[in-house]
Amino acid sequence: MAPHELRRPFKRPAISDQQRRRDLALIRQTQQRSDSQNRARRLASSLFDLPSHSFPDACQADFPDNVDVGYAIALEQSPELEASSPTVRHLDFVQASKLKGSAARHWFARQLMLTEWMIDVPPNLDRDWYVFARPAGKRCFVVSSNGSTVSRLRNGSVLHHFPSSLPNGARTKEISAPSHVYCILDCIFHEPDQTYYVIDMVCWRGYSLYDCSAEFRFFWLNSKLSETGACNPPSTYHRYRFSVVPIYDCNRIGLHKAYTGGFAFVKDGLLFYNRHAHYQTGNTPLALVWKDELCSQYVLDTDSEGHVPAEQQVVLELQDDGKLTTSDDPPILFGCLEKEIIQKSSFQAGNFLRFSVIDECVRIVDGKLELGDLKFVGKANRARAFADSYSKVFFQYTARHSPLQFQDLIASLDPNLDENSESNDMEMID
Amino acid sequence: MAMEITQILLNAQSIDAASRKHAEESLKQFQDQNFPSFLLSLSGELANNEKPVDSRKLAGLILKNTLDAKEQHRKNELAQRWLSLDASVKAQVKACLLQTLSSPVPDARSTASQVIAKIAGIELPQKQWPELIGILLSNIHQLQPHVKQATLETLGYLCEEVSPEVADQDQVNKILTAVVQGMNASEGNNDVRLAATRALYNALGFAQANFSNDMERDYIMRVVCEATLSPEVKIRQAAFECLVAISTTYYDKLASYMQDIFNITAKAVREDEEPVALQAIEFWSSICDEEIDILDEYGSDFTADSDIHCFYFIKQALPALVPMLLETLLKQEEGQDQDEGAWNIAMAGGTCLGLVARTVGDDIVPLVMPFIEENITKPDWRQREAATYAFGSILEGPSPEKLTPIVNVALNFMLTALMKDPNDHVKDTTAWTLGRIFEFMHGSTVETSVITRENCHQILTVLLQSMKDVPNVAEKACGALYFLVQGYEDSGSASPLSPFFHDIIQALLSVTHRDDAGESRLRTAAYESLNEVVRCSTEETAPTVMQLVPVIMMELHQTLEAQKLSMDEREKQNELQGLLCGCLQVIIQKLGSAESSKYAFMQYADQLMELFLRVFACRNATVHEEAMLAIGALAYAAGQNFVKYMQGFYPYLEMGLQNFEEYQVCAITVGVVGDICRALEEKILPFCDGIMTHLLKDLSSNLLHRSVKPPIFSCFGDIALAIGENFEKYLIYAMPMLQSAAELSAHAATVDDEMLEYTNQLRNGILEAYSGIFQGFKNSPKTQLLMPFAPHILQFLDSLYNEKDMDDVVMKAAIGVLGDLADTLGTNAGPLINQSVSSKDFLEECLSSDDHLIKESADWAKLAITRAISG
Repeated sequence: MAPHELRRPFKRPAISDQQRRRDLALIRQTQQRSDSQNRARRLASSLFDLPSHSFPDACQADFPDNVDVGYAIALEQSPELEASSPTVRHLDFVQASKLKGSAARHWFARQLMLTEWMIDVPPNLDRDWYVFARPAGKRCFVVSSNGSTVSRLRNGSVLHHFPSSLPNGARTKEISAPSHVYCILDCIFHEPDQTYYVIDMVCWRGYSLYDCSAEFRFFWLNSKLSETGACNPPSTYHRYRFSVVPIYDCNRIGLHKAYTGGFAFVKDGLLFYNRHAHYQTGNTPLALVWKDELCSQYVLDTDSEGHVPAEQQVVLELQDDGKLTTSDDPPILFGCLEKEIIQKSSFQAGNFLRFSVIDECVRIVDGKLELGDLKFVGKANRARAFADSYSKVFFQYTARHSPLQFQDLIASLDPNLDENSESNDMEMID
Repeated sequence: MAMEITQILLNAQSIDAASRKHAEESLKQFQDQNFPSFLLSLSGELANNEKPVDSRKLAGLILKNTLDAKEQHRKNELAQRWLSLDASVKAQVKACLLQTLSSPVPDARSTASQVIAKIAGIELPQKQWPELIGILLSNIHQLQPHVKQATLETLGYLCEEVSPEVADQDQVNKILTAVVQGMNASEGNNDVRLAATRALYNALGFAQANFSNDMERDYIMRVVCEATLSPEVKIRQAAFECLVAISTTYYDKLASYMQDIFNITAKAVREDEEPVALQAIEFWSSICDEEIDILDEYGSDFTADSDIHCFYFIKQALPALVPMLLETLLKQEEGQDQDEGAWNIAMAGGTCLGLVARTVGDDIVPLVMPFIEENITKPDWRQREAATYAFGSILEGPSPEKLTPIVNVALNFMLTALMKDPNDHVKDTTAWTLGRIFEFMHGSTVETSVITRENCHQILTVLLQSMKDVPNVAEKACGALYFLVQGYEDSGSASPLSPFFHDIIQALLSVTHRDDAGESRLRTAAYESLNEVVRCSTEETAPTVMQLVPVIMMELHQTLEAQKLSMDEREKQNELQGLLCGCLQVIIQKLGSAESSKYAFMQYADQLMELFLRVFACRNATVHEEAMLAIGALAYAAGQNFVKYMQGFYPYLEMGLQNFEEYQVCAITVGVVGDICRALEEKILPFCDGIMTHLLKDLSSNLLHRSVKPPIFSCFGDIALAIGENFEKYLIYAMPMLQSAAELSAHAATVDDEMLEYTNQLRNGILEAYSGIFQGFKNSPKTQLLMPFAPHILQFLDSLYNEKDMDDVVMKAAIGVLGDLADTLGTNAGPLINQSVSSKDFLEECLSSDDHLIKESADWAKLAITRAISG
């Protein structure tokens, strides 16, 4: 029957400094626990598992005297890397962004998913595929981390370094995300309206989407990007606008919309993504590009002056044994350079060389393209990081002779599967 | 034995230690050998009017202790033991107890009523002893006042022990009728009336229905109010205690009585004896508490026109209430500032005035200002002090717009008074008032601070000077400095304090060295301010903080050199070590967390660690705790390098983990294990067997305070995350414990807020453990070891979702675990995940949550599940 304590705190704060020390220690511990948890979560299982043999070699081959930062050195010296992953060696994007110069370029050049060119219409186009118009412009990776945003071209070189409204994309007063959060977007930078069109989402707020289907990645992209304000017009802390591209189910309506529809951007062909496919670095047959004169100004390859050469040209990689190959994995052989020529020239294995195709020599055997004799034109542009892919060479060839036409795409659709997916489109466009 | 028991009980209270010890052992032996007979002897002793009062009292006390304990688990055990006794034994004990209520010896009656209440607390919820209340009620009608008194007292204790749900309304009505009749003015016997009034205090919780009925409530309130006018002071005090309790329990039922209550309380405050007057003031303070809570709730959620409604009693009473409180301020006692335990009308009145200001805001200012202006320059120190106290009291609540002009004028006056007033009491209150000004009118959250770069220098000069004043004034000056500094916490590199930083630290260090720093908590206050100065230091002033490190280390070193201390000196040494370790902890956290200072600071790490280990060697709870926290901060700063200290530190870590009695020490040590896990990662492995053993023992212990258990579960997660698949060997121990705790916490009967809060802490700990374990095993070939646990964990998540009583923290953790499970188990868990409610409704709910932490966690889960299922 004890009545409650009458005495109240008098001329003293209700919370003692000792209690404050305890509370602050608890807050620190909770915060750090949650940081470790998040770090573990962001260490996705199959991310960036770099084959250790190929990369340092390539590095040495390309840049033998480069002491800037070799990948191998960077790996050794990056304490965070060890700290975040005691057992599995993953190099993640934030750490990669600390790489400098050529090492960085080399690393980033290998992270994009590269579409194959559509030579045949894949089966079940309407059931398993999305279609969308490809904005004309520079394909690039956009990485936001540590209060800044960097875009890198296909060859790994930096396009822009800028503040953005992406999570952790700018140093602003109000903290948009914890410092370890980062994002990686697959984009096309469209010069005329200075906009980054996001065509795929690879990491969002540090969480990997590599192992997610395209269906999920597009859903996530459409629901998350606009939340951040990244789609707003440019401002002090947001230099470039980001935008999503309307994505359609690949039925008759969707194909027509993508093909003939008007968009804010200049179109450069159509992209087809298999809805079940994961994000895969390098060439993949599960993401395809198709172009014709109506939906692209760049159907046929141009030379450095922007003219379409009379003869088709290809860029191939020179191998140790003189073989000339495509960028595919495994590489496709298109020719061979004689030893004497190599010795006379300054060519080294790994160089990209440009050749003209001699139409009369080209043959298609069992659906496979063989180029026959090639005419050497010169070394390819220094900025190149890749040889042409087999599908590109093939597509360019057919484009000049018997192109795959829009009607062929339409004709391949299953007439029974048609008009029922309008609502699905809406969801994706949002 | 029956012959002997009296003597043993008397011996147990002997002044001779040997015979006391012997008696205690005999009692223990008796209890162990034959518990039923032990109980019968004790109850027989208590009931026997022939026996000496001291043996009877102790017999009753021991009886009570066989029925009840503080620790919940022990309490349950004792209840079970009683219930499992032979029915005839229980009946005999109860008969003896009821019989004792009629004893002419007051102490015997009072002891018996407490024991009866304990038994009732065990049996009534089991629907046993149904006749008890009937018997007690029939006692009430007996003529003998002492029986009536003892019975009312028993009813009071009974209401305290038993929860209101246990009694049916009919019984409640009868109890209340008996109690209120006993309180009535017509009751001639003061002892009976007092017992009834005190019984009502405990019975109020039972009166929910009666307070909802206008007539019954009117009657109860009338009787309580009449009792406040009783000629007997104890009855008046008890009646006011009832009013205070009613003000919190039945706030919403008070409207029609407030006028009368105001009159009664005002009379008591002005005329009655102090214990009564204090209760009368407390009535208004607790009305303020209620209204502050309600208005807070209004403020936080505008849609909350729910069940709580503010009646604005304080606002309505304001014109009369404020003058009444201001009068009390003039009734100060000489020297009350030097007396730690003092509590008088002036203090209570001032405190209540502060609460009133927080309740009504701006409206209080015009009512108080004339009093301040009238008195602040009077020659009588009481008037100056009262005016200053009134001013200090109203600084929290009113808007800055209202206060700023006044404070701008008053600030200079206050600074001068602190320097020049001849009276220490006035200076004490002035320094406190300055502290309140800095606390509420200065800092980054205040739009226009009353402190400018110009007056900042002057203020500092005065405060540093005042820190040389008598201890109680100096203590308040340190407190004022604390808030002044705190206001600059977010001011960045260009803190206006920077030029004075060195002087401030020097002044505070001098205070800690004063011979009289032990008085009025002065040394503690100086170190607390020093800590705040360190916390608010900037990159610019970091070098000065760095210079402080060897100074504080030297101080700590000196405390370790002292030898052959008396008890008193040892206590002082412990206190000082606690303060110094606390200060070092703050410094470590500050300097160790900034890249710019970390490297230079870490040169002290070896010495610091050595000092902390020596401090542990002179064991003391508080010091242990402070040193432990400091080590946690050091581990975080040192990272993997901390491994070199582990050998030396580990024994103390173990000691901390085994410290059941001082459970805060145990809790803090558990937290430090987490720090070390994150610092050392897999290098902690060699110590894990020991640590896990202690943690598992802690979890199984009934002695350890329950609040430590949630952090222990979280700590499992920290360990698993650090050592990865090496956690394998602990799975067979940890998983069943997590599983049973999960089952308990999923469906815990959450009767009250406190229990619900604990349940949620427990859930969070369990979920953090699961997260750590899953993430730790990720990418390991041993992932499949976790597969068997997945169904249960998903069930746990589903049941959390279905229970609908988790808080945001638990929600975030729970949905995160769903992601971790999917992430680590991958495709194998796909079908299981698809069957769970969590992966559908729960996840959807979290994805659309407004709480961005929950949303982020849900994003994670959604991603991980998608990967798992498509992968």
